[in-house]
Amino acid sequence: MVPGNSGGVVVGDLVNLSSGWVLLQAALFLFGAPLLMAWVRRVKARLQNRRGPGWLQPYRDLNKLFAKEALVAHTASELFRAAPYVVFATTLLACLGVPLVAVGQPFTAVADVIVLVGFLALGRFFLALAGMDVGTAFGGMGASREMLVSALAEPAMLLAVFTLAMTAHSTNLSSVIDHQLAFGLVLRPSYLFALMALVLVAVAETGRIPVDNPTTHLELTMIHEAMILEYSGRHLALMEWAAQLKLMLYGVLIVNVFLPWGIAREVSLAAVSFGLFAVVAKLLLLGVLLAVTETVLAKMRLFRAPQFLNFSLLLALLGLLSHVILEGGA
Amino acid sequence: MGGVFPFSLLLACVALLASLASAVSALGTGGKRGPLFKRSMFVLLGVAGVAAVGAGLAALASPQAALGELPLGLPWLAWRLRLDALAGFFLLVIGLVVAAVAIYGPGYVRDFEHGQDPLPVLGLFTGLFVTGMLLVVLADDAFLFMVAWELMSLSSYFLVAFQHEQAANRRAAFLYLLMAHVGALSILLGYGVLAGFGEGFAFDAMRAAPLSPGWASVAFGLAFVGFGMKAGLVPMHVWLPEAHPAAPSHVSAMMSGVMLKVAVYGFVRFVFDLLGELQWQWGVAILVAGSASALMGVLYALMQHDLKRLLAYHSVENIGIIFIGLGLGVIFLATGHPAIGVLGLVAALYHTLNHALFKSLLFLGAGAILHAANERDLERMGGLLRRMPWTGLFFLVGCISISALPPFNGFVSEWLTFQTALQAWMLDGGVLRSLIPITAAMLALTGALAAACFVKVYGVAFLGQARSRRVRRARPTPLGMRAAQAALALLCLLAGVFPTTVLLWLDAVPAQLLGQGLSQATARGWLWLTPVAPEVASYSAPVVVAALVLVGWLAAVVLRRHDGGEVRRCDPWDCGFGQVLPSPRMQYTATAFSQPIRRVFGPIFRIEERIERREEGMRYQLLVLDRAWGWLYAPVERWIHAVARRVTRLQSGNIRVYLAWSLGTLVVLLWVIS
Repeated sequence: MVPGNSGGVVVGDLVNLSSGWVLLQAALFLFGAPLLMAWVRRVKARLQNRRGPGWLQPYRDLNKLFAKEALVAHTASELFRAAPYVVFATTLLACLGVPLVAVGQPFTAVADVIVLVGFLALGRFFLALAGMDVGTAFGGMGASREMLVSALAEPAMLLAVFTLAMTAHSTNLSSVIDHQLAFGLVLRPSYLFALMALVLVAVAETGRIPVDNPTTHLELTMIHEAMILEYSGRHLALMEWAAQLKLMLYGVLIVNVFLPWGIAREVSLAAVSFGLFAVVAKLLLLGVLLAVTETVLAKMRLFRAPQFLNFSLLLALLGLLSHVILEGGA
Repeated sequence: MGGVFPFSLLLACVALLASLASAVSALGTGGKRGPLFKRSMFVLLGVAGVAAVGAGLAALASPQAALGELPLGLPWLAWRLRLDALAGFFLLVIGLVVAAVAIYGPGYVRDFEHGQDPLPVLGLFTGLFVTGMLLVVLADDAFLFMVAWELMSLSSYFLVAFQHEQAANRRAAFLYLLMAHVGALSILLGYGVLAGFGEGFAFDAMRAAPLSPGWASVAFGLAFVGFGMKAGLVPMHVWLPEAHPAAPSHVSAMMSGVMLKVAVYGFVRFVFDLLGELQWQWGVAILVAGSASALMGVLYALMQHDLKRLLAYHSVENIGIIFIGLGLGVIFLATGHPAIGVLGLVAALYHTLNHALFKSLLFLGAGAILHAANERDLERMGGLLRRMPWTGLFFLVGCISISALPPFNGFVSEWLTFQTALQAWMLDGGVLRSLIPITAAMLALTGALAAACFVKVYGVAFLGQARSRRVRRARPTPLGMRAAQAALALLCLLAGVFPTTVLLWLDAVPAQLLGQGLSQATARGWLWLTPVAPEVASYSAPVVVAALVLVGWLAAVVLRRHDGGEVRRCDPWDCGFGQVLPSPRMQYTATAFSQPIRRVFGPIFRIEERIERREEGMRYQLLVLDRAWGWLYAPVERWIHAVARRVTRLQSGNIRVYLAWSLGTLVVLLWVIS
């Protein structure tokens, strides 16, 4: 089931790309992402003194949407119908590039962290185009806002991961995590800055409060939702699923890269199951944090969002500079 | 030398002759046998392109430079040609674009045949323009280089001024001519410094010139200004967004796609080949100018709604990215890290190739829209994907490539540039180590903004609803125009999916120029790109593409089984507004799309907003102007005017005074000579 490499990073041939390992990770992401979403919603509901929907509600929603007929506007082009598949595929591939339960995962060599950012950008490109395709006012509005947010968030994210990459001398996320684990817990200022920057970016990119509100019903304040207003049926299901995957992707990125303890470094049943347990525990904790912040904060006006993102860019830059200046060639 | 030419150089000469013959046969297009001459004009141009590609590949494959001499030029200084790997690479870039333009041209110039603009003029100067560019790359002495450079600049001036009935085009052409010559003067002086120390205009003599670091820096500065002006680095870029849109689209494609690259060639030849010992401070200068160009270029591009002007500003951005790579190359080479320095240079060259491909693709697409709907303004486009599906598809490829998104070619070169920048930890000295990450940040910001810009372009032009009647009734484009775009789009995809193969060819350039190859990047076979070392970074574009296609296909297949893949067509919902007012005017416009970015980056632009209240309603006017005019050019212009006014005092109209001046000059000259 899993490839025969222990711990370290292997850039091997195609043969080495053990498909089983990749499939396992894909399945974990595909079925974990709705669960994570359910968890965040439940915690949020509890914090608001509601009971909230059940654990399986996101699955039921997806199932319902997949079963429904897909409506497409007369004015939509082929791109509108292709976009959900592109968005879904790029997000899933980005997920494969993040070590989930074990390092040395072969796909991290195929697509390093810059490629991962590129995948997300490609998905967003098509998402925004799909928003403009039908030719309605809200679609264009959502696309314009999304591209503004991403134009500021993407460099912050790249800078944050550059800090890690320059510390580990590698852009391969498996190597970065390996390097982290090998050097033990060193409190580096650069990591702290990068972590804060990445958290802010994650909030913006996954469309959470205070940048965007995933549950809003007011079109004028929408970003992500405005782009997918015209979607229905299986297209909408793919878009929703991709959004859930993206939330989990950022969550895993944060917890596994900055707090990698528990991740499996060798291939044994015990290590892998402990890795799974660790990542689930960390994600649940992160979900609670997300729910709490979403409960206590209000959504910002759109033109406050650039300040929020500039702050994250600044943090990321500070992280990188403090790495090159304070931490020397280490 | 002379006598028998090596094969690669022979092919290059075929390309030169074919482009000249194309220029000559253009003269006949106005006459009785017009169609025949027109066909031969483009066939010859195509031959020139293909021959240039062949010569380039042959030069990249051969381990040594090919030398030759033309029986032309000054009696004591024959025109000497030299075709090494660097020249070969640029021949390849020129050839690819010229060949595509030759396929595209016949359909496009049909618009001009019945117009008032003479076709012979267009064909003549196009041929001469291509000849000039090929000759610049082949030149082996400064004399021939400058002659060819002028041929390129002057013939392109006539192409910019081709549609001279419009005052804006005449103004653009004059500005272009002026700046091209200021730049040429600077290059000439740069060569002068080298020739002075090397005692000869031949490049061989210049290479051997014993330069002190101070004089080397002077020569570098002159070359940087000269070539930077031609390439369009900020703040010397102002001619570019004026001149490139003014020319016919297939010429714009060559100007943006290739002519700027010839300037890059000149710069690389001058700095990496002729100047000798590199200094890291030069790298810093290049890096700063490159990052500024990249960021300013894309920000100004976002503010444009004239499609061709927007693309021209993107050329400024991409030239900036190329210079970032070159700057990193100089820094790492000068500080004794040749492997990484070579990587920077190769990243820059890769981006040169990529930009030539996708920018000419986009300009040809803009030309197709112009041909089909006679429209350049984004605000009046919309829904073109339905009228021109093929052009729409190819244009989308160009948009994805230029936005540096995987798996297309723009991503690979930016990825390589990032990988070079990430090796900054090797350097000592806090300045460089903090400067390079900041550059990387600007490059990242540039990439993200470029994506935003091309979402705007594609979304407004090709998606949604047509905003004007002309666009709603866009006519189909001829097959040749589509074929040229298809070829370029395919090359964009191939250069993105098989980067290792491209690097294997590119490897010859640094190997010949600097004696250091990039073997580690391709050591793992065609599947893997490992620019520094496998454990540092790796990227496998073929696997990525395969995975992307596989996942998308699987999702489609699974869902199709579910309900047969049928969809029901309906009116747009638009939260209930869809049925109320189904008007194209409800859509976001290009200006509206970039409004948030205009607001966030406000201080960078000179924005003039006016709201006029009239009887019939309000009118909103928005002007976004280039700050470079106010900060740099207006003061220079004022200063020149002031000096000119002083000088005019000489002109008194009195012949005795003039005679006195003549006498004085003669005396001074005699004194100088004696």
